Amino acid sequence: MKFHKYDTVIVGAGGAGMRAAIEATKRSRTAVLTKLYPTRSHTGAAQGGMAAALANVEEDNWEWHTFDTVKGGDYLVDQDAAEILAKEAIDAVLDLEKMGLPFNRTPNGTIDQRRFGGHSRNHGEAPVRRSCYAADRTGHMILQTLYQNCVKEGVEFFNEFYVLDQLITEVDGVKKSAGVIAYELATGEIHVFQAKAVIYASGGTGKFFKVTSNAHTLTGDGQAACYRRGLPLEDMEFFQFHPTGIWRMGILLTEGARGEGGILRNKDGERFMEKYAPVMKDLASRDVVSRSIYTEIREGRGCGPEGDHVYLDLTHLPPEQLDAKLPDITEFARTYLGIEPYTDPIPIQPTAHYAMGGIPTNVEGEVLSDNTTVVPGLYAAGEVACVSVHGANRLGTNSLLDINVFGKRSGIAAAEYAAKNDYVELPENPEAFVVEQIENLRNSTGNERVADLRRELQETMDANVMVFRTEQTIKTAVEKIRELRERYKNVSVQDKGKRFNTDLLEAIELGNLLELAEVMAVSALARKESRGGHYREDYPNRDDVNFMRHTMAYREVGEDGSETVRLDYKPVVQTRYQPMERKY
Amino acid sequence: MATPVLDKVEKDSAASPYITVTFRIRRYNPEVSDAAVWEDFQIEIDPKERVLDGLHKIKWDLDGTLTFRRSCAHGICGSDAMRINGKNRLACKTLIKDINPEKPITVEAIKGLTVMKDLVVDMEPFFQAYRDVMPFLVTKGNEPTRERLQSAEDRERFDDTTKCILCAACTSSCPVFWNDGQYFGPAAIVNAHRFIFDSRDEAGEQRLEILNDKDGVWRCRTTFNCTDACPRGIEITKAIQEVKRALITRRF
Repeated sequence: MKFHKYDTVIVGAGGAGMRAAIEATKRSRTAVLTKLYPTRSHTGAAQGGMAAALANVEEDNWEWHTFDTVKGGDYLVDQDAAEILAKEAIDAVLDLEKMGLPFNRTPNGTIDQRRFGGHSRNHGEAPVRRSCYAADRTGHMILQTLYQNCVKEGVEFFNEFYVLDQLITEVDGVKKSAGVIAYELATGEIHVFQAKAVIYASGGTGKFFKVTSNAHTLTGDGQAACYRRGLPLEDMEFFQFHPTGIWRMGILLTEGARGEGGILRNKDGERFMEKYAPVMKDLASRDVVSRSIYTEIREGRGCGPEGDHVYLDLTHLPPEQLDAKLPDITEFARTYLGIEPYTDPIPIQPTAHYAMGGIPTNVEGEVLSDNTTVVPGLYAAGEVACVSVHGANRLGTNSLLDINVFGKRSGIAAAEYAAKNDYVELPENPEAFVVEQIENLRNSTGNERVADLRRELQETMDANVMVFRTEQTIKTAVEKIRELRERYKNVSVQDKGKRFNTDLLEAIELGNLLELAEVMAVSALARKESRGGHYREDYPNRDDVNFMRHTMAYREVGEDGSETVRLDYKPVVQTRYQPMERKY
Repeated sequence: MATPVLDKVEKDSAASPYITVTFRIRRYNPEVSDAAVWEDFQIEIDPKERVLDGLHKIKWDLDGTLTFRRSCAHGICGSDAMRINGKNRLACKTLIKDINPEKPITVEAIKGLTVMKDLVVDMEPFFQAYRDVMPFLVTKGNEPTRERLQSAEDRERFDDTTKCILCAACTSSCPVFWNDGQYFGPAAIVNAHRFIFDSRDEAGEQRLEILNDKDGVWRCRTTFNCTDACPRGIEITKAIQEVKRALITRRF
């Protein structure tokens, strides 16, 4: 076991983690612990752009952006946070440009902007060009640019270090963050990191679905570490299904394709989005478009022999435009489907994409232990967190924005906290939980296999808590997940070694996914309304009287050791916008 | 009614798309043995699937000790560069049908970097070379309040080299790098190129001096292995030639 002491520890090196690291390293002695090499993070898979009301190509302002974000989130967005997001977006984009990000340019040399789903001029009048982009690899360029600037600033990375536990110590009745426990992949060694401040920036949980745009490594490790230590998870029932994943594979095809003029068509060649969203059409918000696609499929207008997908049609766009603006996604269609997008439409289906919920924070990135109490020294930013700027449904281009705005904020806040506060004493035997977890898995002779349980989890999630949900399907999922959690106790690994034991880590990741899947399903079961990404066929309308509130899920352990999810609720912060019916 | 499940087709379909494929994998685990050995695995797989899917089938269903890096699974994160049938590729961007599944598919770690276990290599020397070329924008004077202006043509000038995902397929396919690990290697030069030809940058001269070093750009023997290996289609050899030319003309 090795022991380390840092002012600030950041968990994760995607966009939010590295944006935080650039600020925290300037102000405090900082370590970044990341289970992947920094440039491997899934921020790099984001394609379409980053929203900011620069007004470089047409009239725009941050207030319109705030409104679109609140409306896009089906009014579950905390409006004070959305206002910060939209206001600080402009500097966030300019910061990245100054760091070197190669944005596409307008003829007069400023940052070019394009249309994206749900972003409108003057409160829904018409689509607006708000997304700042670098071809269809904006996330890649953000990740590269942030890593480049981490190199410039001399940020200290611990690569392939898996954070498996959050340390919390109670001081005078106040729960404070004391540090984290990490597992080093190369050696199997356990590391204790004592830190004044800890920032979680470890990404989403998409791998509990089967058809997903998420990387294999998105297993909710940060959410699980905090949840197991008694901290709540907010709005976990809200998961975004991106309308255009490659059929069966789930690989993301950017909404920017529709921003550039791409059209969704059913088997009759009909532009069906005109029926569902007369104004914004193919650029309605993602939840609306995903439901429309499945409605077409269910009503027998899907494409292919099984009628199980629809088409993204780019064939009317000039090949030069596809080459210049959408080179990567057209390449994906060629590589994985053998389809030439110049001449043939691309088969697509909705794909599990983004967790709106996560570790609850305030606008400084400070983690909450209930509706209002801050955990001193603990921060979260990016997809792992729930500020909540995305509410019930995130707008496209708002996540690359979120990681930059709240990554920066949490990096500054954590380093400033570390400068003013001393270390908190570590709990006794801080590594005990992780050592036991690893030894149990390594020594287990049980007959359950990780791959089987994960497959069954993903299948039940896709079938029961995806785009359409009912009491019945969610209950089926809850029961199945509980069964899988029971069976997980008998899971064993084949690799018993210490060196690069990815078999062991996959088992730990599965444990995290199972725990979070249960939180998600239980939260979804209790929300008897439809809002944003959470659509209940048995309760098809939004119910502002009973459910205009955030879900807060807590882990409760009974005296017999049994575990349950306890739900509580938190009011939504409303400032200038009253809830209205959501039409696109 | 539940969300329609879209992947029943394969199971129900009478004509199974699955074929039997042999993966011949170079195994190495110093915890077990000092010697590396080839091991064969037979799996059933749809030829439209990726080599990475095959590796997962082996790891998940046959041998959990098989070790490799992967994350995004669609050619963006750069984790899974490996030598497949003797050629550097990303396992997630290589479909079974495209590499002759009739014969055993050989899979081994990329060359020129120390193998740690199975297909996992020590990436540190690779990233160190990258860090040594100052891979970040350097500007002088006060920052403008708004963005720096750049014409679409100036932006286009270095577009190709911004695509790099640091997977090391190029560097570990370079015979010069195999023979002399001190050589910066193509990936580092690509990333220097990305800034040297960025009209906003003001440290081109410094980077050129770094690459003028004896382990720098002059070691390139123009074998085009790097260009062939690049999963992002970057014209790497051309980029290296442009850096060489800039060193001679001092115009960039």
